[in-house]
Amino acid sequence: MSVSVQEADFDAGAEIAALSVGRDDVGAVASFVGLVRADKAADTEVGAGNAPVVQAMTLEHYPGMTEKALEAIVTEARGRWDIFGVRVIHRVGRLVPGDRIVFVAVASAHRGEAFAACEFIMDYLKTRAPFWKKEETPAGGRWVDARESDDQAAGRWQSGQK
Amino acid sequence: MDTKILFFAGLREALGVSSESLDLPAGIGTVGALRNHLAARGEPWSALATTKNLRAAVNQKMVGPEAPLKAGDEVAFFPPVTGG
Repeated sequence: MSVSVQEADFDAGAEIAALSVGRDDVGAVASFVGLVRADKAADTEVGAGNAPVVQAMTLEHYPGMTEKALEAIVTEARGRWDIFGVRVIHRVGRLVPGDRIVFVAVASAHRGEAFAACEFIMDYLKTRAPFWKKEETPAGGRWVDARESDDQAAGRWQSGQK
Repeated sequence: MDTKILFFAGLREALGVSSESLDLPAGIGTVGALRNHLAARGEPWSALATTKNLRAAVNQKMVGPEAPLKAGDEVAFFPPVTGG
């Protein structure tokens, strides 16, 4: 299965290895691992310098739709690039700084397609897959706002750019 | 047949409810009309009108406010997504 939504952690090395097991046509596997950062909480009223630090975050999602949305993104990537295998894992539940949160890996014959498809999948995941982050700080909980830069990152794939 | 309506994230918390079943009233034929119908219930339902860039899905696919609704659809309202 190419798409998983799970509470459990994942082994990036094992996932990357699995994409080329038993085949000799894979020349490139590009991968991305996203981690939880101990960031200053976004948009706090305390002021940037004294912003409380994120101690944990909880990821909520829309069971059913999440898997469909991720699979649709993978299908679109397969239509744009000649890629062999794709693996997407997104964790949900409560995570702390340093925890792995998302994994995308793409296998292809050459690096160009693998890099591009991997970045495309991450950009679309950020704007189309129904996940929501709630940060925990010493000052309380706060839902993370969507970033315009994420919309722009996804949008650049629509202007014919590959 | 009832229409199932789901709410997520900050909107779910503002409403204090994650889902409800509704017999679609006559004249409510689009996602946008359903949003307005629910928001008109008053507090806390006005959150449906005030949530910035509110998103919607019908049968687990993202749609715009003009998307048509029929009895038995699964409709979801939620804030812009923040995964990854």
